[in-house]
Amino acid sequence: MTKPNIPVTEDELHAYVDGELPAERRADVEAWLAAHPDDADRVGAWRAMADALHARYGGVTDEPVPARLNVDRLARPPRRWLHGAIAASLLAFAAGGGAGWFAHGATAAPSSFRSFTADAIEAHRLYVVEVRHPVEVAASERTHMQQWLSKRVGYSVKAPELDGTGLKLVGGRLLPGPRAPAAFLMYEGPSGERYTLYTSRASTPAAQMRYATQADDGALYWADRGIGYVLTGPDGNKARLEQVARAVYDQTEKTGG
Amino acid sequence: MSAFREGIEAMIPALRRYARALARDADIADDLVQDTLVRALRSERLFVGGDLRSWLYTILTNLNRNRRRALARRPPLTPLTDTATEAGGTEAEGRDIARALATLGEDQRAVLLLVSLEGLSYREVADVQGVPIGTVMSRLARARAHVKDALDGKRPALRRVK
Repeated sequence: MTKPNIPVTEDELHAYVDGELPAERRADVEAWLAAHPDDADRVGAWRAMADALHARYGGVTDEPVPARLNVDRLARPPRRWLHGAIAASLLAFAAGGGAGWFAHGATAAPSSFRSFTADAIEAHRLYVVEVRHPVEVAASERTHMQQWLSKRVGYSVKAPELDGTGLKLVGGRLLPGPRAPAAFLMYEGPSGERYTLYTSRASTPAAQMRYATQADDGALYWADRGIGYVLTGPDGNKARLEQVARAVYDQTEKTGG
Repeated sequence: MSAFREGIEAMIPALRRYARALARDADIADDLVQDTLVRALRSERLFVGGDLRSWLYTILTNLNRNRRRALARRPPLTPLTDTATEAGGTEAEGRDIARALATLGEDQRAVLLLVSLEGLSYREVADVQGVPIGTVMSRLARARAHVKDALDGKRPALRRVK
């Protein structure tokens, strides 16, 4: 064993442990480790770490896969599922009190409602924390924004007037939706609380309001004349969320869009 | 069943293992896996070949990051990634590998698990995290150093003094 000409780097020690070291460098690293007990200790510790991880989590792969992860069930077309199990889903949501639907879905198949709402909540989370760029088009260009969004989503988008509920329009953006582009409108209340309204073409012509919550956000979903709506806001105040949703619903009913 | 679906199905046990170590809670872990599967199946037509395995790990890693980010909207707790040699009094910390993992930052934990538990190559991990390989290497080095410190904490006698 010869002394390595080039000192062994920390990266090479990791690569050695992970089997990523070029074969021609292996002997150099082994010689280095023989001469540097501190590094040899570290390499030993990293290997022990990997062993500990396998000891701790390796058994998971031997566990039976729970039914809710069955690929065939998960891949079932949402529409078929909706026809058959809408009552069951409503029951499940009622039983769960609406809480943690995302985390503990009682039904194995994802409904279009779920993916729709999940997309909306995701968008809500992503953008409500934005201070400088929460929207693409600001409320000052309301008319332009409505025309633009209407053209892109393929139905008339009118930002509801929510002053009565203490919310002012911040603006809107266009987002990819589950089936078609989605219009995303943001509103802000006096204490900076933000509500978002996400609308896109839905797979069901109509659906009654359903409540979902995830982490700190609460969302109300409904569908009307083929358009799905998700209003998302702070989870703490469900009554307010319902009040706002009602105002949105009343206005979209009148304007048809 | 299509080859695509079969490929996904074959990955479920490994995804569950990764998610369990990543999220440390069996229910949350399976939620992550379920979400990952739903997204993957929904994107069947978008998947034009490539490495199904890396792709699934990528979806799961991103979903977990979103979940963590949502949880972290409260004022963040002091990140433990740069803990000093002595945390002072918290002997219970670092009692075992799970606890040691919990003290890692999200990206470091993912790198360590993808490399040491899931056996991905550095290149694959770089793709999963969307970062250069150099970043993967530095995350891995920091993760290992940190976990080692945390684990050593339970055996003070073996602790080397620098």
